[in-house]
Amino acid sequence: MTTTASGADLMAFDEALERFDPVMGLEVHVELNTVSKMFCACATTFGAEPNTQVCPVCLGLPGALPVLNAKAVESAIRIGLALNCEIARWCRFARKNYFYPDMPKNFQTSQYDEPIAYHGYTDLDVGGETFRVEIERAHMEEDTGKSLHMGGSTGRIHGADYSLVDYNRAGIPLIEVVTKPIEGAGGKAPAVARAYVAHLRDVLQGLGVSDVRMEQGSLRCDVNLSLRPFPSAPLGTRSETKNVNSLRSVERAVRYEISRQASLLVAGGSVVQETRHWHEDTGVTTSGRSKEQAEDYRYFPEPDLVPIAADHAWIEELRSTLPEQPSRRRARLQAEWGFAELEMRDVVGAGAVDLIEHTVIAGASPAAAKKWWLSELARRANDSGVALHDLAITPEQVAEVQALVESGRVNDKLARQVLDGVLAGEGSPDQVVASRRLEVVSDDGALSAAVDRAIEANPDVAAKIRGGKAAAAGALIGAVMKEMRGQADAGRVRELIVSKLS
Amino acid sequence: MTDLTRLSAAALAQALRTGDVTSVEATRAHLDRIAEVDPAVHAFLHVDAEGALASAAAADARRAEGVPEPALLGVPVAVKDIVATKGVPTTCGSRILEGWIPPYDATLVKRLREAGMPILGKTNMDEFAMGSSTEHSAFGPTRNPWDLDRIPGGSGGGSSAAVTAYEAPLAVGTDTGGSIRQPGAVTGTVGVKPTYGGVSRYGIVALASSLDQAGPVARSVLDAALLHDVIAGHDPMDSTSIDKPWPSMAEAARRSDITGLRIGVVRELGGEGYQTGVQARFDDAVALLVKSGAEVVEVSCPHFELALAAYYLILPSEASSNLARFDAMRFGLRVSPENVAAPSAEQVMEATRAAGFGDEVKRRIILGTYALSSGYYEAYYGQAQKVRTLVTQNFQAAFDQVDVLVSPTAPTTAFRIGEKLDDPLAMYLNDIATIPANLAGVPGMSLPSGLADEDGLPTGIQILAPALEDARLYTVGAVLEASLEEQWGGPLLDQAPALAAAAASSMDGR
Repeated sequence: MTTTASGADLMAFDEALERFDPVMGLEVHVELNTVSKMFCACATTFGAEPNTQVCPVCLGLPGALPVLNAKAVESAIRIGLALNCEIARWCRFARKNYFYPDMPKNFQTSQYDEPIAYHGYTDLDVGGETFRVEIERAHMEEDTGKSLHMGGSTGRIHGADYSLVDYNRAGIPLIEVVTKPIEGAGGKAPAVARAYVAHLRDVLQGLGVSDVRMEQGSLRCDVNLSLRPFPSAPLGTRSETKNVNSLRSVERAVRYEISRQASLLVAGGSVVQETRHWHEDTGVTTSGRSKEQAEDYRYFPEPDLVPIAADHAWIEELRSTLPEQPSRRRARLQAEWGFAELEMRDVVGAGAVDLIEHTVIAGASPAAAKKWWLSELARRANDSGVALHDLAITPEQVAEVQALVESGRVNDKLARQVLDGVLAGEGSPDQVVASRRLEVVSDDGALSAAVDRAIEANPDVAAKIRGGKAAAAGALIGAVMKEMRGQADAGRVRELIVSKLS
Repeated sequence: MTDLTRLSAAALAQALRTGDVTSVEATRAHLDRIAEVDPAVHAFLHVDAEGALASAAAADARRAEGVPEPALLGVPVAVKDIVATKGVPTTCGSRILEGWIPPYDATLVKRLREAGMPILGKTNMDEFAMGSSTEHSAFGPTRNPWDLDRIPGGSGGGSSAAVTAYEAPLAVGTDTGGSIRQPGAVTGTVGVKPTYGGVSRYGIVALASSLDQAGPVARSVLDAALLHDVIAGHDPMDSTSIDKPWPSMAEAARRSDITGLRIGVVRELGGEGYQTGVQARFDDAVALLVKSGAEVVEVSCPHFELALAAYYLILPSEASSNLARFDAMRFGLRVSPENVAAPSAEQVMEATRAAGFGDEVKRRIILGTYALSSGYYEAYYGQAQKVRTLVTQNFQAAFDQVDVLVSPTAPTTAFRIGEKLDDPLAMYLNDIATIPANLAGVPGMSLPSGLADEDGLPTGIQILAPALEDARLYTVGAVLEASLEEQWGGPLLDQAPALAAAAASSMDGR
């Protein structure tokens, strides 16, 4: 098995796993979807004109002071509860001090030794088995601005002529969810990493606290990985891979780091503790800044904010707003839908639970909903390299397509064309049927004339049918369908043939 | 007409109310006074004549409408240059902010504007409020109107000198370790640091966030109270602002009875290290308080002796972080490093900070950066916070026994310009009596206690009250002020040399 594009000098993944036991730590940054920023009233809309959603506070102007967004605290607590964390009864923000042009105050208001949520866990489904990931902490912080490096070929700071900074993102509330070291995954480590991020995404989506769009950066993952010679050995030196911003990349980055570190160690080298950058295009990580000259962030409690003391009643009230845990929900839906274990696993694996649920709510049967999402639509998603839920079709539209089939207005083959039309942005299923003129022809006049022409053109087949060989009707049906460009109601055609030739 | 600049704020407000004078007249009189004496005093970094006169005209128009009017409508005020004023330069006495025009008003400035108080200009200060003499201003020192060769205190020496020199009836200062009270003491004026959280910090360029507090600077206790009432009160833009209604400080200042009030003299803030004349005037003032019916006892606050050391860890730590934003990226000075063709952002930041900050600022940034460093945090910042807790407990224990505490405000009278510039530790010691109040967040007032026999310069007495009990300061202060002025035969400032003459001779001598 090859591991990466530049895998020639890297140890194969399987071999690496025979020699080493991987330990992972995953840090996920989640942008909350609050209306306003963490510490000021500025809007958080994604994609706005640069530096239009800013004020003295998020620009860090002299004299400006932060005021905490209560909604962000509420979201943080709900995330903590959904991840089975303890919620701090008293906690504070801290300043993380370092200089960077996209950080207006040159310190980030974050949490340090007093996170709002800590000591949790969450259970993942990895290839049908439950895998528990322990959560170290979930803490609140503010996002930084965004540097745009101009004039170079790579968009990176090296080789750029100048840089621009957009502070619209500065001060958007973030929750950082940090796992404890994930051990015991072995060869499943890449799958576990992916499943964890996918699971976290589902949980956050269920909570409604974030847009969780990895491609827009509202969910960002850092992968820490180290190897050790055998499971009970002390932890090895870890690398921290940043910028891993799709589920597929999470999986690939873990695989790559396992192979890379194994190659290094086997060759007698050692792993350097450093930040590494993931390159989506080439599938490799490269060295970033070395942690040897580790920045000293000089954390200290943020004196401009008062401590947060979440009272018990509030926490319990928020707990009561939590949606059903994903694992419990899956079991319930499997029973409601009457799916076999294996079928349900396929549904979960395809990330289609929500989609099918909503399709069923919109009126389709569970079996039909599953059929469309897991066959036709899954294939199209795969062909265009997007996630199932990113396809330009809604569960309601899929249910409509199924209703068209059930009413006999289109057959399965036409239904596929309807899907193509919807995906191509041609409108609702009804509109596509109308504009592409896909409706099944069951008008007896037109069909009868076509059947007559088919009988005339195929006298020997007609003779066979007259002679009692009903199975021969298929050939005539085919001819009629061809003439009608597939839009004939096949059942009605058969009836007409039989009645005309009996 | 009488010289409008000689009126107290209360008297000027009264004259404005009765229609004897207009705000435009009063404002113009102060602008004229500034033009006359500020070349010698240098209390102002920026005079906003146009803005002040426009506000004055608006105040006069508002009065003409006859609707209920704020107490100080039309009374001009000066504002320390650390407070953001929309459209008016705000430098914090630093090169690094030279030319910066804030796009917004600090909350307290909004309140001044809402109260119809014309802002005369921005007063000089030690750079980023770091200092006790105003000598650390990047734009040159302010001079003490009592003796132009001496310091007016600091960091708010511009505000104290402005009211002393009759350039403004009132001024706003900020006090992180004594920057309102110590200048008040050495210029013979009144300065109050309210309870932490009493006046919004929104728009005040932060020195040490957990210590900073803005307050009034005035020539009388009542005047200070009137200004306090304008600027104090809850502000949702400052998370540390106290959300509770405050009693009227002006009313407290008019309550002239302290019979039975228990007053504690802080044993640790006096005696050795305090100038003879300072101690003598303090003792006299305490005797007057007894005569007015107060009970005086000595109380001990043993941990006050550690306060200065703790303060000089906490302040630089917070300052090192607060001052990080001055990086040339978004506002203020931008300096490119020499001999670098295409400097990186980091190199520009470094060059700008090297050129834009003065030595004292750099000294404290370095101290604070060190104190917060991993491996040292517990030994320095952590320990200092523990001392802070002990100081607070000392106050609590003392206030279990007495209603207010008193001490000399500063250990010395105004020293000569240049005298302590090369000895930071000696300079820091000038705040030894004022710092504990900032660490504990309790309110403090300095008012004149007289003139030291040895040098004829003003001395100050400090009154401290429990948190939220700012009103007590005004009642005690007003009673003491009345007794003292009876003794002096008028305000202490009447004994100050006539400035114009003094200014001229001093200028000649240079």
